[in-house]
Amino acid sequence: MEKNKYQDLVKKHTPKENRLYNGIIAFITGGIMGVIGQFLIEVYVSYLNISTKEAGTFMIITLIFIGCLLTCFGFFDKWVNFAKAGLFVPITGFAHAMQSAALDYKKEGLVTGIGACMLKLTGSVIIFGVVSAYIFGMIRLLIFGGNI
Amino acid sequence: MTFKYDNVYINEVSTITGPYEKKGPLSNYFDKSYDDFYFGKNTWEEAESKILEDSVDLLLNKISKTKFDIDLFISGDLLNQITASNFAANNLKIPYLGIYSACASSVEGLIIASNMLEANQIKNCICSVSSHNNAAEKQFRYPVEYGGPKPKTTTFTTTGAASAYLSREKSKIKVESATIGIVNDLGIKDAYQMGAVMAPAIADTINRHLKDLKRDINYYDIILSGDLGIYGKAILKDYMKIEYGIELNKYEDTACMIYDLDKQPVYSGGSGPACAPLVTYSYIFDLMKKKKLTKVLLVATGSLHSTTSVNEKRSIPSIAHAISLEAII
Repeated sequence: MEKNKYQDLVKKHTPKENRLYNGIIAFITGGIMGVIGQFLIEVYVSYLNISTKEAGTFMIITLIFIGCLLTCFGFFDKWVNFAKAGLFVPITGFAHAMQSAALDYKKEGLVTGIGACMLKLTGSVIIFGVVSAYIFGMIRLLIFGGNI
Repeated sequence: MTFKYDNVYINEVSTITGPYEKKGPLSNYFDKSYDDFYFGKNTWEEAESKILEDSVDLLLNKISKTKFDIDLFISGDLLNQITASNFAANNLKIPYLGIYSACASSVEGLIIASNMLEANQIKNCICSVSSHNNAAEKQFRYPVEYGGPKPKTTTFTTTGAASAYLSREKSKIKVESATIGIVNDLGIKDAYQMGAVMAPAIADTINRHLKDLKRDINYYDIILSGDLGIYGKAILKDYMKIEYGIELNKYEDTACMIYDLDKQPVYSGGSGPACAPLVTYSYIFDLMKKKKLTKVLLVATGSLHSTTSVNEKRSIPSIAHAISLEAII
């Protein structure tokens, strides 16, 4: 059989992912994550007497901590698998990806295991994040000047 | 390449599994199942070596022999450099051949052993395979605790080890013939579509086997494929009809038998070198001993990729080996 004919046959038997359902779930869970984040910011602002900007940083650290902790408890992967983009697009997804890699490789040693492999999934996020921040920063500087 | 055997028998088998297989429909047929993934060891890789070794010890117990009575130990697994087998062999100290053809390793081992037995080069042999879900996930896919969504066509690596003792002494299960497959590649590049990758290899091997022995597909009471999963199974049935004009009626896939696909979170079914032999040595052999099945063709199939080859966007080759087993009345 020709390769392209076989690929058609495979396509015929490949199940469709339920995008609408997944989208709705991600929309709702992502929204809930946003509400939790905003709630944390409000709590930090009113109880710690800090600015909203600082409270935002505190909120991110809190969510990262919770994401890592629940990953270590072993059930966060099931939540992420269910909520999909609702949980892995927010900062919890980054924390989860990093922590799960660290857990896998911790027995291969501190340097050769955790140190070398912790960023296996998230390393590219950091690299391309930094590179695109540089590029878009330059574009902004060239078009709007440095004062905005 | 097809061989016929007059004097090779599978005298005894042993099967040990992990927790998911224990919760599956065949759980009562396995010799032993664990509730966790570590089996008392520190890492998953050590754990895989341990169940492999345990399955050999259990087998030796069943046949009342010691390791010094065994001429040859053939074993394979999925880990890089087949370390699970190598480390188990290090403890067993039986003359050892390590083999790799991914999930087709079980039948590859049986074929090598059968040929050496038929040629009178050895008097007995133990053929083993193992796989470990977490160790395989870590090596081939994402970290185990990472919950990123996977496509429905993904297969779930079985955790377990299966061993068989072969000799020329007569027993209820006879190795009747075997076909060594050739490597096929129809351009599938998606490592989450293993069923589609391997279906052409199975079809090709079945066709060769039938042609070489001038047999009809209905000669066999059942044809068993290894780890295709539900979607791969549908592809194989269609492909077999279109390409070779063979209708697969009495056909099952071990990947769909080892788990309850409706209730367990295993996507399209099981996979891994241990999947096919775990089902065959337990449930199928039980049916054969009860005379409900007489002629069985087991076609184990393996996807021959590495993470590097997939990242380099090369298409995935696959292989299938077939072995014909007969229940002796």
